[in-house]
This record gives sequence, structure tokens and C-alpha cells, in this order.
Amino acid sequence: MFLKVGLFVTCLVDLMRPRIGFAALKLLESAGCEVVVPEAQTCCGQPGYNSGDRPAAQALALKVLREFDDCDYVVSPSGSCGGMIRAHYAELLAELPQHADAARRLAAKTYELTDFLVNVARLEDVPGRFPGTITYHDSCSGLRELGVKTQPRALLAKVPGLELKEMATPEYCCGFGGTFSVKYGEISSRIAERKCEDITTTGADAVVLGDLGCMLNIEGRLRRRGDSRTRVYHVAEVLAGVEDTDGNR
Amino acid sequence: MTTPHASGASTPNTGARPQSTISFKDRAHDRLNDAKVQRAMRNFNLAGARARGVLDLENLEDIRTSAAAIRDRSLGMLDVWLERFEREATRRGVTVHWAESHDDINRITVEIAKANGVKKVIKSKSMVSEESHLNAAIEAAGMKVVETDLGEYIVQLAGETPSHIIAPAIHKTRDDVADLFHEHHKTPRTNDPAALTMEARKFLREHFLSADMGITGGNFLIAETGSLVLVTNEGNGRMTTTMPRIHVAITGIEKVLGTMEDLSCILRLLTRSATGQSISNYITVNTGPKQAGDSDGPEQMHVIIVDAGRARLLGTDMQEALRCIRCGACMNHCPVYQNIGGHAYGWVYPGPIGSVLTPNYIGLEKALDLPHAATLCNQCGVVCPVKIPLPELMRKLREKQTERGLRPWQERAGLRLWSWLAQRPSLYGLATRVAARLGKSAGGAERTIHRLPGKGWTEGRDMPAPQGRTFRELYAERNRK
Repeated sequence: MFLKVGLFVTCLVDLMRPRIGFAALKLLESAGCEVVVPEAQTCCGQPGYNSGDRPAAQALALKVLREFDDCDYVVSPSGSCGGMIRAHYAELLAELPQHADAARRLAAKTYELTDFLVNVARLEDVPGRFPGTITYHDSCSGLRELGVKTQPRALLAKVPGLELKEMATPEYCCGFGGTFSVKYGEISSRIAERKCEDITTTGADAVVLGDLGCMLNIEGRLRRRGDSRTRVYHVAEVLAGVEDTDGNR
Repeated sequence: MTTPHASGASTPNTGARPQSTISFKDRAHDRLNDAKVQRAMRNFNLAGARARGVLDLENLEDIRTSAAAIRDRSLGMLDVWLERFEREATRRGVTVHWAESHDDINRITVEIAKANGVKKVIKSKSMVSEESHLNAAIEAAGMKVVETDLGEYIVQLAGETPSHIIAPAIHKTRDDVADLFHEHHKTPRTNDPAALTMEARKFLREHFLSADMGITGGNFLIAETGSLVLVTNEGNGRMTTTMPRIHVAITGIEKVLGTMEDLSCILRLLTRSATGQSISNYITVNTGPKQAGDSDGPEQMHVIIVDAGRARLLGTDMQEALRCIRCGACMNHCPVYQNIGGHAYGWVYPGPIGSVLTPNYIGLEKALDLPHAATLCNQCGVVCPVKIPLPELMRKLREKQTERGLRPWQERAGLRLWSWLAQRPSLYGLATRVAARLGKSAGGAERTIHRLPGKGWTEGRDMPAPQGRTFRELYAERNRK
């Protein structure tokens, strides 16, 4: 099976954690996909969309539409950006009818990484191993826009040595919310604090999740509250093998 | 504070108002740093009650779909249903009044009271009356008004406004209530909930027996029978509708349902969504005043049907907000509400539904923060019994703010710059390469940035430093090898 998959890296992975992009690439290739990475890709437009600036968001959505039009699938290591394309592009481009078909086509072939690996590529074995316990944070967009819940857990269950300890409220928002995290930093940090309490109570060695926004928010709050022990990983890193990555922080 | 047991009635309602110069952020900051409010909010878990309460509904999603359709059908022919309600209710002896504005609510209520020589008014819960500051209007007209819902009574004694639409005193701890009762009732202080409840019961009983007029809200109006439906737990609602000579119900135009059949579907979700109860302690269907042969009931029954900003939402992209049946599930599940409580939102309705209704009812420019004060996690949307797409409506309000030039120029410029840059991949690549390197160096050996400009992020968190090189440059490098 050679599926032509376009990897949408996301702007946050590009800037903050390129190793997550490479981990996603490795996983897709080990699932037998032919992966293309459009080199001019930047951002899906979500910051503009959620801040009420439609024209700013539309310009970027059209760019994504052009760059990924010839792929069989578009896969992103983010429920948030994947959700933006899959659940919101059609609405965002509603007043541009000439792009309606393309927006619908793109939405239908766009997947969050773990969803794609489980339900489309049907990945059997994962390259990574992880000696220790983890807890999994369900990111809001992945969970409630794309139905990503069992997929990452099914894949993590294949990782030798890994033990999952669920927190009391894995579906509770971490408080990131994009620009909310900066505009209402105090509230955002308080919500993150509740998340961190829940994570810490599990005693897990690491919290694993599927979105960079949640990752920066949770890791940032853990460190500020003096927790330098709990590791924070993107699910792609754990599945691909954290020993591959640089520094593990 | 002359009569001990009614002192709360003379305390003016001084809730936070949207017109106040204190911003949402400052109000939220105050609540986040108020140990008592924080203790109360930590104990608040109606979300857990709802989760247990819906377990017995195997087809919850189907019922939500039906409930949303029922509400849409009501809203789609609102004029027809309202006229039918007026006809049926009038036929059964009810006087129906139409209030176009908040002032109308107060004027009509005071007129009814004055025409009947009313001295004391008791109230069951009514959020619409909070919109118009009805208590202050009644007091200004020289009458006493006493809230009889326990939470509302506590809030009235404290001189505050409700912080939740069904649990108005949720921001108060047991000790707050003990202090209030001790101060206002002049009784020995106790913080035992059962004793406090009995004490409230004793003091409220006198008011029930001596009031001339009872004011209630109205959960629903039933068009086919001309009935007013009240969904309550404490029994004060029934006392308010039956003990005084006059009953005045105040409710919004959107609360009309076509039939009792519609009601039965909606009720299955309302109480479960609100408190997890399969049914509340009292479901009261009031159809007309006391009739010949009835053993109790008021001599007069009035229903004030309120527009006050609602009708202008009909037929717009905001109409779905009018489906709301006021269960409170959206705020109960909102991570923002759970941390800051209701008063921070500044007007009558807090939480996600408040963030949608407030700008629509009082003006977009008077509640600029509210549509942005959410992470868009959509926990509210998935629990809403009538499937109001709350995050979507908040996002649309954000767009309306931008279209009307109501956002700060720095924010606008920032988004435009971001979009402009992201459309220019070479320049964007250069900017991100520089940012990744600067960020890495700022993070130092710890790989953690403790302070960023603007403080929004780093006042409560660190920022993990970037790895140092961008994916795009590393990928290009790999492909060259």
C-alpha cells in the first residue's frame, strides 16, 4: 500500500519541536506511506479564525488548500490544526464558493496523526519503546472535533514497557485556548494548574498528548510549580521512540 | 436593618454591572485571589452530578437532537405560539402583559402591585427580573421584596447578585452563610447546613404567610394550554404561586413551547443536565388563577412576557442561543467558569451562554471580553441539552467585534502581520529560524524561558524553549544530503 500522504507539520512543531515532525514522518513511513512535506507550508490560519479575523484566516486556508490538493491524505500531529482543516475550513471559506469543493475535499482527507495511523494506515507495530508509566491528556479539538480518544491509547498499548495510568479527568481542558493563553494568562494558568494537579496525582513518569499548544502549556505550568520530574511528550515521540529525540524535554 | 428577619429585603442589589469601569480581567483576577470564592468553586461539581444523572438515558444523543428540534420549532413560529399562549391563558383568567424593555418589566410589575395595595412581595427564582433590577424598582416604589429561593435569599442578604443561574450562592461557603444568618437573623451562629436551612425556613415562613404578591420566573410557557411551568426543588416556588393573593410570572418570549408533549421531552433533559436529577422535586404547571371550587391558588395571575433584546436575534446567526433552557450545564462544565465563578462575567448570565447572551442583549461593545473569555474547548457544546453550538457563537461574536473595529489595534495588527508573514514562506522561514535560535538561547541550560514580554504567558507559567532549529530547515537539510 502506497498512500501519498501530505504531512502538515504545523507552525508550532516547526518552530518549537521539529523532532515531533520527524517522529510523525518516521511513523507514517513505517506504516508504508509515501510522505510528502510541502516545503512552503506555514500555518493553518487558526489564530486569525479564532480571533475573529476571517480574511487573515482565509488567506492561509487557501494556501493550505493549494499546497495539499494533490495528496491522497493530509496528516497532522495535532488535533487542533487537523480539526481546523477538517471541521472549520468549509465554514471559513463559505463566502468563497469557487473554493467550496476543494475545501470539502481537503476536509474529508485530513486526519490527526493517531487517527490516521489506526483507522487508515492500520499500523501494526510501532518503533518506540518506553520503560515507565505515562498518563494521557486528551486535547479538546482532537477529542471533540475529531473523535480522537481510543486511537492514541491503542497505539501506546503497543509500546513495549509502557504502562498507562489514566488521570481522573483526562478530557478536562488544559487552559491553553490559543491566544486565550496570552490574553487571559492568569485564568489560563489556573486551569493549567488543575490539569497539573491531576497529572501529578497519577504519579506517572510522563504526560503524553497530541497537541503542541497543550504541551507548552502543561510543561510550562509543571516547571513553574517546581516539577522538573514529570516529562512531557507528544504521542508521536513516544510511538517513534524518545531515544531518537534530542534532550527529551 | 430595622426588622431582623427582613433586613435583607432593604439591602439594594449591587451586582457587578457591565457598564462598570472594572474590566472582566480585573473581576476575574479578584475572584482568582479570593480564598473563599476559590474554596467554594473547588467544591462545586454539578458536572459530576450531570454525568451520573444522564447514565439512565440510553439514547441521550437522540433526545438532545429531539430537544433541539423542539426548541427550533418553537423559535421558528414564535409569534404563532405566543399568540396561542395569550389566547389560551386569557381564556383561563390570566392577564398577559408584553414587556418590550427591561423598564417595561419593572413598570408593569409595580403597576400591578400598586393597583392592588401590595405591601410585601415574595419572589421565587427569576433571572429575567435580575436583568431589569426588579427588586430595586419594587423597593423604590416603597414595597418590601424578599427572595425565597434559599440561594437567592442568601445572595439578597449579602447584597449581591446570583453567581449562577440555578445555584445563585455557589460562590459562598458554608461559613459565609453562617455569618450572614447570624448578622441578619440575630440568632446564635451555626455553620451546620441542616440547622441553617431550618433557620431560613423559619424566617421565610413568616414572609410566605404575610406577602400580598408572589413573583416567579417561568421555565416554560405552554401554548396549547396557556400554562406556566415552574421547575423547582425547594417548594418555595409553589408557596410563592399559591400563598399570596397575586401571582406575577416573568419570562422571556423564547420560553414558549407548543405542547405538553414538547415539555415532556425537554424536562427529561433539563433536570438531568442541571443537577443530575431524573426529575426535580417540584414540576408545577400553573394554568390560570384560583377557579371556583379550587381550595387554593392566587386570586389574580399575571404573566409578563419579555422581549428586551430577544426578538432581534430571531432569524440571525445568533438564533440558536434562544434555544437555551437555562440548565446551567455549560457553566458547570466550563473550565473558565469553574475557576472564576459567575460574578466575573459582569451581567446576569455567566459562563458560555452568558458570553453569548450578554453581548447580544446589552450590546457587543459593552461586553468585549466575554466572547474571548473561553478556551473554545467545546465541553459546553457537547453537554448542552439543546445543542447550542456555544463555541461557534462565541467565535462569530469575535468576528462581529473585528468587523465593527472593536478589537484593540495591537491585536488586529498582530494577526495581520502573522497572516502576512505566513503567506510569504521565505520571509516566514527566516523569521522562524531567528526566533527558534533566540528562544533557545533565552532558555539557557534549563531549556526553559521564565519571562516573556507582555507577561500574559509567563505570569503563571514558564515557556519551554524551542529546540533551536526549525523543522523546515532541518527537513530541507536532510533532503540535500
